[in-house]
Amino acid sequence: MFIGAIGCEPLQLARMHVENSRSIDVYRKHGGYEALKKVLETMSPEDVINEVKKSALRGRGGAGFPTGMKWSFVPKDSPKPKYVVCNADESEPGTFKDRYLMERDPHLLIEGMLIAAYALSSKLSFIYTRGEYRYLIDIMNRALAEARAAGFVGDRILNSNFSCEIHTHTGAGAYICGEETALLSSLEGMRGHPRMKPPFPAVSGLYASPTVVNNVETLTAVPDIIKMGGEPYQKLGTEKSGGTKLWSVSGHVNRPGVYELPMGYDDMEKFIMEDCQGIPDGKQLKAVIPGGSSVYIMRADQIIGKDVRMDYEGLVTAGSSVGSGGFIVMDETVDVFESTKNLTEFYKHESCGWCTPCREGTDWLVKVFKRIANGAGRPEDAQLMLDLCDNIEGKSFCPLGDAASWPIQSAIKRFPEDFKKHLAPPEI
Amino acid sequence: MSSQLTQIQPLSQPVDIGDEVATFSPEVEEEIDAHLAKYPVRRSAILPLMFIVQRERGYLDPPGVAYLANRLGLRYTDIWEVATFYSMINTSPVGKYHIQVCRTLSCKIRGAQKVTEHCSHKLGIKPGETTADGRFTLSEVECLGSCGTAPMFQINFDYHEELTPEKIDQILSSLP
Ligand SMILES: Cc1cc2nc3c(=O)[nH]c(=O)nc-3n(C[C@H](O)[C@H](O)[C@H](O)COP(=O)(O)O)c2cc1C
Ligand code: SF4
Ligand code: FES
Repeated sequence: MFIGAIGCEPLQLARMHVENSRSIDVYRKHGGYEALKKVLETMSPEDVINEVKKSALRGRGGAGFPTGMKWSFVPKDSPKPKYVVCNADESEPGTFKDRYLMERDPHLLIEGMLIAAYALSSKLSFIYTRGEYRYLIDIMNRALAEARAAGFVGDRILNSNFSCEIHTHTGAGAYICGEETALLSSLEGMRGHPRMKPPFPAVSGLYASPTVVNNVETLTAVPDIIKMGGEPYQKLGTEKSGGTKLWSVSGHVNRPGVYELPMGYDDMEKFIMEDCQGIPDGKQLKAVIPGGSSVYIMRADQIIGKDVRMDYEGLVTAGSSVGSGGFIVMDETVDVFESTKNLTEFYKHESCGWCTPCREGTDWLVKVFKRIANGAGRPEDAQLMLDLCDNIEGKSFCPLGDAASWPIQSAIKRFPEDFKKHLAPPEI
Repeated sequence: MSSQLTQIQPLSQPVDIGDEVATFSPEVEEEIDAHLAKYPVRRSAILPLMFIVQRERGYLDPPGVAYLANRLGLRYTDIWEVATFYSMINTSPVGKYHIQVCRTLSCKIRGAQKVTEHCSHKLGIKPGETTADGRFTLSEVECLGSCGTAPMFQINFDYHEELTPEKIDQILSSLP
């Protein structure tokens, strides 16, 4: 598997292949904790937020919300404690970038969290990691112990007035806990059900206090933004999406991996066919899901010869979206009916059960998929599935309902032939 | 309609919690204290503590539930409602080695089914079953974040990636 940058100098992946990159000594030899020092010695919390605003960094967890703006929503005058929570739940199918960031550069995440905590005047932060990533929790705990011993975490950091503690926390197998309000319910020791927004976590989050939830990749971008300045970071990417972005690539490519590309990379065809070294065994590209499983599936002819720019606007124009940046590449042997069934089973399993459209709708959809797979498909089933999706999308309590609908809607629309062949009336 | 309604099955069987409360060694108690100290609100420690109970007792059994309720100042139902939400919390015994094969799309198109079948054939159990000697449980689970190194499974907490039949044989035979 490939881990590295293409089309730019590696920023977030800079230390991925450095020996012993997990240790604090190696991290510091490579300029680690210099950004924190700069912040504590020369910047006010507002300066930090302004720099992040200038960087045009957008949240990497899936929604792409501007990070600086999110931080500025935290009320400064609130008497309540404030919390920074790192979202390391990484459970979106096709996404595996946060894992390598934590595995190989844990101190980068710690430094990013400390800078965020300083900007938001937070004294306590948590890293919510999916339960299956136990080995990463161990790695983070060891790194935190090193950072505490070196005076970067704890009371009066580097003899400043800033104190901050960071703890790890474990999930226990629930995709929905990646959704930020469900994550907070879970961190409070409840079932992982999402909560109503507003109030947004920035106003009322963990323990009903102002809370910023950010993805691992978002927080690990922060030290470089501070070091190089917001504007130069933004210029690495596009005006609206600054910096570089990590793409997890899996499925039918010769070189799967985690790729760091400048935002706005030209173009998606070159990326798959050259950078990822094309499709194995001389097969043809059939489909790509570019943003983790929860985005529209794309046909090869929406990519080949289409100069698809790899950033938020570019992928929307091309008919999908960035999501979590998880590319699932499929060759001509894949039956899109089957692949969509597989994902629908995922959403059914992961529906938290809180609201009826999603809980009953995903269950019903799986029943229809299974019946069709067992040979009892009817011509009207495509419309039945679209009707079911229509009753889930936009009518569910949280975005998981939409995420379950979009793969089906786009697959039926873009690969009708793969559905039709299962829906033929039985021969008499 | 009404005949359908009467067919609704109870979602879970009533559980007899009994009077027994689990006890742990001083080292484990210390570990539990360390978790409790991390959070401003005790209840937040519920998942880390469940994993400890599970590790010590094999699964979250009724005495373990009673222990957690006492330790966290919660009712049994509070513990139970959380336990039943999360797929990694086992409320019934599992094998010493829990083989969890990822079945989701990136693994599926890279041969996940063959991995499951190979394990199934080798161990003589279907997904969801445990071998008679209690050594192995086989499960199919959702994406584990190894899509780029598919197909894969996790045995307890250990990741095994880019699996081939030979590699699976070697992994299974090297387990103590
Ligand atoms: C169903 C669902 C699952 C999600 N899973 C994750 C996840 O695993 N990791 C993540 O960072 N964000 C996930 N998100 C997005 C979070 O709700 C939230 O937007 C994000 O953590 C904010 O961080 P960011 O601004 O840095 O992107 C998920 C959202 C939904 C609706
Ligand atoms: S949409 Fe699904 S996951 Fe979200 S609250 Fe409703 S049941 Fe839960
Ligand atoms: S799909 Fe199997 S690990 Fe992601």
